[in-house]
Amino acid sequence: MADSESTPTPRNRGVFVARSEIMDSDGVRRALWRMSHEILEQNRGLSGIVLIGLETGGVHLARKLAVNLLEIEGQEIPVGTLDVAFYRDDIGMRPVIPGNPTDLPFDLTSQIVVLVDDVLFTGRTIRAAMDAIVDFGRPAAVQLAVMIDRGHRELPIRPDYVGKNLPTRRDELVDVQETGVWLGHIESKES
Amino acid sequence: MKVKHVRGISDLGKKGIQEILSLSDHFLEVSSRRIPKVPALRGKTIAWLFYEDSTRTRLSFETAAKRLSADTMNFSVSSSSVKKGESLRDTVETVSAMGVDAIVVRHGSSGVPWLLSRWTDASIINAGDGSHEHPTQSLLDCYTIQKQFGEIEGKKIVIAGDIKHSRVARSNVAAFKAMGAEIVLVAPRTLLPVDTTSWPAETSQDFDASLRDADVIYMLRMQLERQKETFVPSLREYTNDFGLTLERVKKLQKHSVIMHPGPMNRGVEIASEVPELENALVTNQVSNGVIVRMAVLYFLLGTSADLPEGNGSNE
Repeated sequence: MADSESTPTPRNRGVFVARSEIMDSDGVRRALWRMSHEILEQNRGLSGIVLIGLETGGVHLARKLAVNLLEIEGQEIPVGTLDVAFYRDDIGMRPVIPGNPTDLPFDLTSQIVVLVDDVLFTGRTIRAAMDAIVDFGRPAAVQLAVMIDRGHRELPIRPDYVGKNLPTRRDELVDVQETGVWLGHIESKES
Repeated sequence: MKVKHVRGISDLGKKGIQEILSLSDHFLEVSSRRIPKVPALRGKTIAWLFYEDSTRTRLSFETAAKRLSADTMNFSVSSSSVKKGESLRDTVETVSAMGVDAIVVRHGSSGVPWLLSRWTDASIINAGDGSHEHPTQSLLDCYTIQKQFGEIEGKKIVIAGDIKHSRVARSNVAAFKAMGAEIVLVAPRTLLPVDTTSWPAETSQDFDASLRDADVIYMLRMQLERQKETFVPSLREYTNDFGLTLERVKKLQKHSVIMHPGPMNRGVEIASEVPELENALVTNQVSNGVIVRMAVLYFLLGTSADLPEGNGSNE
């Protein structure tokens, strides 16, 4: 899922054109293993940890982290998904949301919530996610894991676990897949 | 193509209906939360303009707006300047001068929502105009059917009762057709519109025959207030030929479902026991009403409502 945080890119109005490959599938896999270990190390185990993937780019990453953590610690942890569309600060400026509905089938109260997203950019999605989480309960702590931190923050938000720091231009786009990470831009269909 | 109003089903087209149905899934989840409220429409103001009585539609819109954190302005005709003779246009211009983002209107005359949209910049949502359209009812009916069967396409839907005076029937025929259903209208000739050749539906006077292979039986309210106009010889005869009795329910296929937009005349178009049966979706319709109206309000006010091209939407 291409990241389109700051300037809304209407659906069906353009295509993502990759310019350069930032990570290959091995790179993504290795980064996720390292992040899994960091989550364990930071929290001294998995007690009270829940993962929440943000729709849509963070969901597959959260599931993969949970699989890794199960393999390392032999313990299953709850994974939920969160759609933050109704909490955004740019409502009315964006096209109809494409994601799936939120699915949080567990209580967040006093848990350590690890938010997982593909790309951290302006930080506005994470701000919306934190607002949404508070509506579900009062977690003991909220941490943030992202595959790519591309800079250009507009809010005082920082990640706890990062796959890769990637300096970008504002008009560029980052596409994170399990098979790799690409930097590129959106080309409108007309041109 | 920006969708600004939901005056009739034609404002949405198939793509618009699909967007609202998929948004409804999100609001179904929101409604199941401990705090069933999101800040999506904070700062937006919605006015209700109800020139006709309504309980479920108004309450359902009110709940939908509150769950989206929108502000609402209540306008009841009986205690307003309309009593002093204010015209519809003046009322609408007054309301919109106070800065509203949407007006939800119900009126006894067909076409009022289209008039309103010429007089104000606010989004107009039709909550029933005369015997013309009631699009949000159709959207919640589409959602209820989709939830039940997974899809609407290819389903055989029998709409039975007072088609002639029913705005629900008109919107539903348009919406069900757009979604690819097969529609049969069942009513005595006096309760069918004069000319149905342009309607994308079959008509029939044989209720029993059309029930056999129907997937959805959609019963309409017998508008008792019109009885003095003698559209049917007697209510008993009507019930006998066109009422959904327990005997008729027994003839339905196992998977078939029964729907009714309410308010019901138990014992007239539908037997008292029928709405309580397992395959009756009447209460699902009511609870889906809030969810789908949240989706409609959010679709118009919370997104740029930009549909991909070629959606068949008019304007």
